[in-house]
Amino acid sequence: MDATNTLTNTLSPPPARTGRIRPGRRVADRALRLSCLVATVVGAVVLGSILLMLIVEGIRGFSPSLFTQPTPGPGSEGGGIANAILGSLVLTTIGIVVATPIGVMAGTFLAEYGRTSKLADVIRFLNDILLSAPSILIGLFVYTLMVRPMGTYSGWAGGVALAIIAIPVIVRTTEDMLRLVPGTLREAGAALGAPPSVVITSVTWRAASAGIVTGIILALARIAGETAPLLFTALNNNSWFSSNLMGGIANLPVMIYQFALSPYPNWQGLAWAGALLITGTILALSIIARLVINPRRSR
Amino acid sequence: MPALTQSVAVARPRPAIRKGPSKGLDATFRACAYGAALIVLLVLAGILGSIIYGGWPAFREFGFGFLTSSAWNIGTEQYGALVAVIGTVASAVLALLIGVPVSLGIAIFLTQLCPGWARRPVAMTIELLAAVPSIIYGMWGLFVFAPLFARFVQIPVSNLVEGMPILGTILYARVPSGVGVLTAGIILAIMIVPFIASIARDMLEQIPTVLRESAYGIGCTTWEVVRHVLVPQAAVSIIGAIMLGLGRALGETMAVTFVVGNANRLSASIFDPSSTIASRIANEFNEADGLQLNALMALGCILFVITFIVLIVARLLTRRVRAA
Amino acid sequence: MRTTDEDMTMNAASALPTGTVGRETSAPARAVRIAVKDLNFYYGSFHGLKNVNLNFYDRKVTALIGPSGCGKSTLLRCFNRIYSLYPEQRAEGQILLDGQNILDPKIDLNELRSRIGMVFQKPTPFPMSIYDNVAFGLRLYEKLPKSELDGRVEESLRKSALWDEVKDKLKQPGTGLSGGQQQRLCIARTVAQQPEVILFDEPTSALDPISTGRIEELMEQLRDEFTIVIVTHNMQQAARISQYTAFMYLGELVEFGQTDKIFMNPTERRTQDYITGRFG
Repeated sequence: MDATNTLTNTLSPPPARTGRIRPGRRVADRALRLSCLVATVVGAVVLGSILLMLIVEGIRGFSPSLFTQPTPGPGSEGGGIANAILGSLVLTTIGIVVATPIGVMAGTFLAEYGRTSKLADVIRFLNDILLSAPSILIGLFVYTLMVRPMGTYSGWAGGVALAIIAIPVIVRTTEDMLRLVPGTLREAGAALGAPPSVVITSVTWRAASAGIVTGIILALARIAGETAPLLFTALNNNSWFSSNLMGGIANLPVMIYQFALSPYPNWQGLAWAGALLITGTILALSIIARLVINPRRSR
Repeated sequence: MPALTQSVAVARPRPAIRKGPSKGLDATFRACAYGAALIVLLVLAGILGSIIYGGWPAFREFGFGFLTSSAWNIGTEQYGALVAVIGTVASAVLALLIGVPVSLGIAIFLTQLCPGWARRPVAMTIELLAAVPSIIYGMWGLFVFAPLFARFVQIPVSNLVEGMPILGTILYARVPSGVGVLTAGIILAIMIVPFIASIARDMLEQIPTVLRESAYGIGCTTWEVVRHVLVPQAAVSIIGAIMLGLGRALGETMAVTFVVGNANRLSASIFDPSSTIASRIANEFNEADGLQLNALMALGCILFVITFIVLIVARLLTRRVRAA
Repeated sequence: MRTTDEDMTMNAASALPTGTVGRETSAPARAVRIAVKDLNFYYGSFHGLKNVNLNFYDRKVTALIGPSGCGKSTLLRCFNRIYSLYPEQRAEGQILLDGQNILDPKIDLNELRSRIGMVFQKPTPFPMSIYDNVAFGLRLYEKLPKSELDGRVEESLRKSALWDEVKDKLKQPGTGLSGGQQQRLCIARTVAQQPEVILFDEPTSALDPISTGRIEELMEQLRDEFTIVIVTHNMQQAARISQYTAFMYLGELVEFGQTDKIFMNPTERRTQDYITGRFG
């Protein structure tokens, strides 16, 4: 069925038929086509509007000092968001460094060891649920687990919260990608006398490496913009970035949240600039993830 | 001579005795994988445990009344979940009412109507929309959408329905500020559209072309093919996708916090500001202390229960299809 | 030399190999390498192999033929117990490799598999360089200095008639080779471990005729050094390269004997029907 064809067919005036198509049918058909088109156009317009807003407002707030100066005090002029950028880098790095080994190993367990076990079924199911669990609940968990016992908001807590969000993403993609590796490759490895761990690390992982990397990049994109769990864990810190991860740490999402809702135009401008920066980064990561996985698909 | 038939010493020299990689390494690797998988279990148990632990004092203090009370008074330490629960459910339901038709429309457009050259870019754009962080939607909702919504929808509609029965209550904005439950629902709808649309598109694409062609072959219009062939085929998994979207809408925090208005008021109008569970936690948690903190944790418990029921149903629906 | 047809061709159900083989006095190297005794195999509840008894001789090529689903690949997969990757599959009975029962649960599977190599239907190059593919098995079991490792890799590639084609691109990925080259790479990888037995599971069914011809030539050379068991759908191939042939049908061994005999003058009706193309 050629879609272009149907489209032109309906756009041209319908030839006179012998009454086999009742008008109602044609109206319903037209209505469907029109509403589907409208839905798509609305979706595109909204995305366009969001991007436009980001670019216009973000560029207005952009200046070189963004990357060199820390966030200014309330009501004061100038300043930048360098501490928030650095803090976000640190937090996402902690998150991804913690999540990657756990996620990849858990995905490996599900795909390689747990094909027939009931426990693996349960874990797979719960992982899918964790994947779409409200991130604010993860924030509450890490608050109870780390912030309250330690008595202070901390970079470590923020990193752990982000890791918990990233883990299910990595588990899921790792498992899916390992399942795409043909079983004969595993058999060939085993037939050479390689124990399972060697087959997995030097054959299966390698064969699925592009997909696993994609999963990690997607997880990175997911946690880079997470705000809610950071509110209760890393919070914010308006001073210049200190290497002390035991205290609150500035980060882009919470900075954007607080500054955007503030009454000070300077802060709002910085929030827009941060928003543009973070969205641009995330969209770039998503596109990179697609490029990494595409050569695989075409093969 | 029969001895020959039994295993006989063979002339060929055997290679050196083979020393395999140590068994310990293999077992360690397996144990690591196993342990990593268990962490997923532990995290989920930890989330549930921590909020029950944190919310317990509030449940003990207010008992079942916590669910039915609409009070949220920090001064008198009276807390109830009703407003936030209603706000959460209402905004999520509104999001589905708006978002589902649009998502399905996009999915049908992409798979059935869209000219081939436009498919990839449009699909990609929709999927990128899903990657935009929720705080950006919140900012867009508050700074771009809400003013427009107040000027072009809330004020005219309020003027129109003022004094009417029922409609005059549901669609009347006392303060037409643009923020409120309906605004939250619309923003949530925009956020779940890419999500539902991309799953529905995958499902529609998996339907064998033969089935579609044979329906067109007997003279069905596109509407009839969609209505009688495609939708029934993909129905269960699309419902699963919708439930996943619902789970997201229920737990979404940042975007809603920007546009819901954050008022603890029970109002019958969907134009009025209110609160959701997530937005209230986000707003108050950092300044909260004592019983208020417990009450917020208890709200978290309720959110956990609601979303997890929805997500479990969603996963069961999508899983059954995958197995079939 | 040969006494009677009945003696040389044995029916698995009736005669144990012991009696017949003993009579052949003039064949020199007819040492039994693998003896299969009362082997039964199950896929879950499906009975895949039924009471199979037969012997495989040292440095001979034995072909397993039969229609699809007859159990020939299943039998092959018992020899290195590769089936044990799948928990629902199990084998009962005995398979003696040089007198040692490899179905014994105490057997070290990895060591067993390093002694019995396997080449699969589709080429299975690992996602690594040509050199690393060949060295993969070597590194598992032997700690060799670099120079010796290079030597062994080259030797294996020469034995599998691939050296001249790849000697300038050893660092390139093995997946970049053509199908036939990939299959020879897999053979080189197997040969490098210096196994005692090599199992071929329809090694040429995914290849074009020219590549098939090269693999067959290769097998003839390998015969001098290894005991070879090959599963094949292609009866001409079985006739060309094997000295012994076993015909299987519905999980049973129908007939086993010297290849000439099986193809020229089979005892069993079913064998004849299959060979003449009346079914299968």
